[in-house]
Amino acid sequence: MNAATYTVILFHTSNHAFRAEKVLKDQQLVCRLIPVPRHLSSDCGVCARIDGDQAQTIENILIQANVEYASIHII
Amino acid sequence: MHHQPESIYLDNAATSWPKPECVPSAMLNFLTNVGANPGRSGHHLSIQAGRIINATRESLCTLFGADDPLKVVFGPNATEALNLALLGLVDPGDHIITTSMEHNAVMRPLRRLEHHGVRLSVVTCDPTGLVDPTDIQKQILPNTKLIATSHASNIVGTLQPIAQIGRIAREHDLLFLVDAAASAGCVPIDMKSDKIDLLAFTGHKSLLGPTGTGGLLIGDRVDATSMRPLKRGGTGSNSASEEQPGHLPDAFESGTLNAVGLAGLCAAVDWIREKDVAKIRRHHQKLTQILIDGLATTDGVTVYGPGRSDRQTTTLSFNLNNMQPSEAGYLLDTQYKICCRVGLHCAPSAHRTIGTYPKGTVRFAPGMFTTMDHIETALRAVANLTRIKP
Repeated sequence: MNAATYTVILFHTSNHAFRAEKVLKDQQLVCRLIPVPRHLSSDCGVCARIDGDQAQTIENILIQANVEYASIHII
Repeated sequence: MHHQPESIYLDNAATSWPKPECVPSAMLNFLTNVGANPGRSGHHLSIQAGRIINATRESLCTLFGADDPLKVVFGPNATEALNLALLGLVDPGDHIITTSMEHNAVMRPLRRLEHHGVRLSVVTCDPTGLVDPTDIQKQILPNTKLIATSHASNIVGTLQPIAQIGRIAREHDLLFLVDAAASAGCVPIDMKSDKIDLLAFTGHKSLLGPTGTGGLLIGDRVDATSMRPLKRGGTGSNSASEEQPGHLPDAFESGTLNAVGLAGLCAAVDWIREKDVAKIRRHHQKLTQILIDGLATTDGVTVYGPGRSDRQTTTLSFNLNNMQPSEAGYLLDTQYKICCRVGLHCAPSAHRTIGTYPKGTVRFAPGMFTTMDHIETALRAVANLTRIKP
């Protein structure tokens, strides 16, 4: 059995991460801010983690809300 | 036991006091239970601190009708926000229009720019401190970049017609910078309908937060990527690079933010939104009109400003014909425990406009927690002072 899939969003700054957390929460997407996984490089200390493969939904929401992100990863 | 009268604080234009109870509570909670540096680390306390900062940005956006919380740039006060906007955007060869009622937080950066090749037009306001928007329009030149005005005078409370000025700025494709230090939190402001491109605020006056908090809200028409930061340094982002990051708000927020202060400001702004600025404004107008009318009908007192509570904030200025402002201030404090500010209020050109330079004025600024009793006591005290022989 595969480990559960999840989506990780990296940001250039934690300011964007905190804003993204709020925007995603407003859209009923449960999001956790976690330290950036070792194998993913990033400029800031925290990234957002959401259960499942939600890349497209997340991308749409963040673009709509004008929240910049560095990259999205499905893990 | 001898009855000690309570202090009557009428110096809210300098800083508001007292604060709503939730403000010190939020600050104590931050220091006691959160404490971490926002945006620097990935642990849960740092994340909690970061959420509080973000919530402060969001709450301010809602209060001021702005869309993007990431374009709220925090700093220690309105002065730094105004310096950031003016020194960050204006280049030699540009022309700027301002008014004769500006505080030195606007005037001094502009005079500095003037020494460095910027042309400055200062539009004279009428003796009540009001600017005529058409006078601003007449000053527009092909190289005009920006109009900078206060929303409310820090001396006489005069409210400028910012929506009209904003419309003129928009029609001529100019940027509109508003100094809301004396109005944010007690007079409704909407960046969209007032057509404000840059809004500078301080947290510690009518927003009821602590000192050391303030900031600049940057609108969509401002090319923030071309704006020069006042300072460069650590942001907790792009840590591998020795170049200042370009993204907002980091580009302009180098160094650790005043997180405990912003926690207090967040509580204050939420409190104000709950109370509703329009309702606060109505209450203030009632108190202000009683104060204006009481002073205006006291023999030996000259009141400055619009003299109408619907055209000003709670801040008003007056003089006693029989003594200097400094003496009045001393007697009000020592004999009546009334705290107010006297003299020149950091705005020489504004004093010239209302005719009180170099003498200055006695300034009363009731606030959120001023009662009718306070106003009546203050009016009796002033009436008593007018009876002192010069």
